[in-house]
Amino acid sequence: MEFLSDIASLINSTLRISTPLVFAAMAGIFAERSGVIDFSLEGKMLMAAFVAAVGSYFLGNPWLGLLLAIIACVSLSMLHGFASVTYKGDQVVSCVAINILIIGLTTALAAAWFGQAGLTPTLNEDQRFLEVNLPFAGSLRDVPIIGIIYSDILSGHYIFVYLAYLSVPLVFWVVFKTSFGLRLRAVGENPSAVDTAGINVFAMRYKALAINGVLIAFAGAHLSTAVNANFFREMSAGRGYLALAAMIFGKWHPKTALVACLLFGFTDALQIRLQGVELPAIGEIPVQLIQAIPYVLTVVLLAGFVGKAIAPNAIGQPYIKER
Amino acid sequence: MVSPILELTNINKSFGHVHANKNINLKINKGTIHGIIGENGAGKSTLMSIVFGLYQANSGTIKVNGKEINLRSPKDSIINGIGMVHQHFMLVENFTVLENIILGFEGEFVFGKNLEKAKKDLKDLCDTYKLNIDLNSTISDLSVGFRQRVEILKSLYRGAEILILDEPTGVLTPQEVDELFKILRSLKEEGKTIVLITHKLIEIMDLTSEVSVMRQGEMVGHTKTENTSKEKLAEMMVGRSVLLRLDKSEVKAGEVLFKVKNLTVKDDLDVTRVKNVDLEIRSGEILGLAGVTGNGQTELLEALSGIRKVESGEIYLEGKKVSDSQNFLDPRELKDKGLAHVPEDRQRMGLVTDFKAYENLIFGYHDQQPFSKSSVLNHRDIISHSKKIMEEYDVRPQSPNLITSNFSGGNQQKIILSRELNENPKVLLVGQPTRGVDIGAIEFIHQRLIDMRDRGAAILLVSVELDEVLSLSDRIVVMFDGKIVGEKDNKNVTDRELGLLMAGVV
Repeated sequence: MEFLSDIASLINSTLRISTPLVFAAMAGIFAERSGVIDFSLEGKMLMAAFVAAVGSYFLGNPWLGLLLAIIACVSLSMLHGFASVTYKGDQVVSCVAINILIIGLTTALAAAWFGQAGLTPTLNEDQRFLEVNLPFAGSLRDVPIIGIIYSDILSGHYIFVYLAYLSVPLVFWVVFKTSFGLRLRAVGENPSAVDTAGINVFAMRYKALAINGVLIAFAGAHLSTAVNANFFREMSAGRGYLALAAMIFGKWHPKTALVACLLFGFTDALQIRLQGVELPAIGEIPVQLIQAIPYVLTVVLLAGFVGKAIAPNAIGQPYIKER
Repeated sequence: MVSPILELTNINKSFGHVHANKNINLKINKGTIHGIIGENGAGKSTLMSIVFGLYQANSGTIKVNGKEINLRSPKDSIINGIGMVHQHFMLVENFTVLENIILGFEGEFVFGKNLEKAKKDLKDLCDTYKLNIDLNSTISDLSVGFRQRVEILKSLYRGAEILILDEPTGVLTPQEVDELFKILRSLKEEGKTIVLITHKLIEIMDLTSEVSVMRQGEMVGHTKTENTSKEKLAEMMVGRSVLLRLDKSEVKAGEVLFKVKNLTVKDDLDVTRVKNVDLEIRSGEILGLAGVTGNGQTELLEALSGIRKVESGEIYLEGKKVSDSQNFLDPRELKDKGLAHVPEDRQRMGLVTDFKAYENLIFGYHDQQPFSKSSVLNHRDIISHSKKIMEEYDVRPQSPNLITSNFSGGNQQKIILSRELNENPKVLLVGQPTRGVDIGAIEFIHQRLIDMRDRGAAILLVSVELDEVLSLSDRIVVMFDGKIVGEKDNKNVTDRELGLLMAGVV
């Protein structure tokens, strides 16, 4: 029984840890399917975490914090679009600029407003999102199998966890079953084909970036107003890049990107779990080695599989109409 | 008098300092096939892109059915019944035919009812014009000819009454051209108006009832096709009389200078693109290699010139083995042994377009006397050499200090040719020598290649222009899917026979 509950808690943390990755990967899919590279997922996630925490601290409501985070992230996406779509600048450079800007900006603003470099005040229960217990989670707990799956794995997560996994089929539906999705995919493959079909290439890319901003805001708010109760310096900790890797590994497809996010989340959950555990015959594994697992896996997966992933054809290329 | 379906008045368009269209006037009558002919860079494509709403004219008016319209984007043109089949197809390669056609005209947010209706309408259109397209196939699986049909179907579905085709035959085999012309004629029967942009005189004579000629951004003449001839049109296009036929002496083939045995080459994606190819070229002959783009010619040329690794097989120069899968000479070593290469893609491989003309004129020979002494470039000798050679090869303008990208395509090609031919190579590999080159320069380049051959060089000519292969080569081989599928003596072969080989039918 102890083994079963170990597994259950491992899956439970996998779901939680993967949540920001899933939001970020879905955000990345919108931007990159439209032909705009988005390395700035990292910076936007950090911005969202900061704005959500600060907004919710001042306004006393985590939903208002989330709303402000969405506005902030959409603005950053528009900035990226302005530089790389309208003014045809280098998309990677624009992203790097955003990432560096946000690291400095969040630290400086936190210092200016709260007197602590890169730290915001702790949020009380009204100011943050709390875990959601699904109906009957308590009473079903003792039912074999179902109890573990329902009460221990599915119930008791933050709202963002549920939203993240609901967003995947929604993204799939939008991208593959609607005319918007058709145009989105077309504009990332061959913008000229979209232009000659009478659709505004630039408007399509801005729309994609706006959706990208909304989705990434959820990832940041999850970090600072749900799993944590404040913002701290560089709290996104490379998750934006990890999500980007998951998206590429998932070939810009929501379903496979989800699998990749879960895989990364799982290795992270596993490394937390393995810390300090005595393994038979091996003994205790040094913590640094365990912590390296997710990153080693990323490198291995990307090196081994990314060669087969085919990016949208027009990715990274600004659309130039007249010669 | 029939009123014109499309009427352009005083159209002007500039790109920076380049005046691409100057005061263009054009009337196109309903239900006709109207040809617009001119050399590369004459402004034909620009003009039609304006009519299609892709570019906006600086001034001038456009009338459709007598009504003035304002074209801000392709959407406006499509609404007014104008469709265009571009030279480079505007298709999303990993989409299906259906997805490509409905793109922008889905008519609903969530796919459902309208999609079914679209399928039905498209099937009807396919039947009417015998297009024979499977709506569910992916574009990347289709041949070039079929992709073009998809473009035509796309325009028709969007309600085109005027269909503009920009250089539609450039990438087709002769059989595919026949099929296309059949389709165009049946479109005309149904009352559609067709505008055919081309630089091929024979197509104008074959298909059109009226023709307009453009030269250097201006409309220089309109005439009924029955009142003109190829020679007259060529003269209008170029502004002087042109020799359409090449004078070529009888071949005096000598010993085998270049030999390829059982050569196999892979591309960057590890796909085998050249499969067990054997070739032999003798001194004093031109071997033409015909084929539709993408059948392994590029990889073959790269392997022969030492740029790409040989997977298996051997290459011999003057009877000595120079390359196999283990040992191979790099381009520089091959050059030293008398092999010159004029690459297919001149702007990417043949030139550094941001460099000055004189730098490109000595590139690859820059470390040899007299251009360089103890690793220091000898500027004075380089400039005087460049002036001399630019005069000899009629490179215009004759200014060695001009940045190479400012020369026209034809003159850029002359810069490469002069550089490579000046060394008197024993073997010359030439890829697409006249792609994007105007008629006047084509004549010059062809004559130079013939001169080389008469001086005893062995020349491999790779070209997708069948006319070029036919007029220059002494022997012709056809490449299809990486294999040599046929060899013909030029004296007794027709373009039809070659076309069948190129399509992989025989």
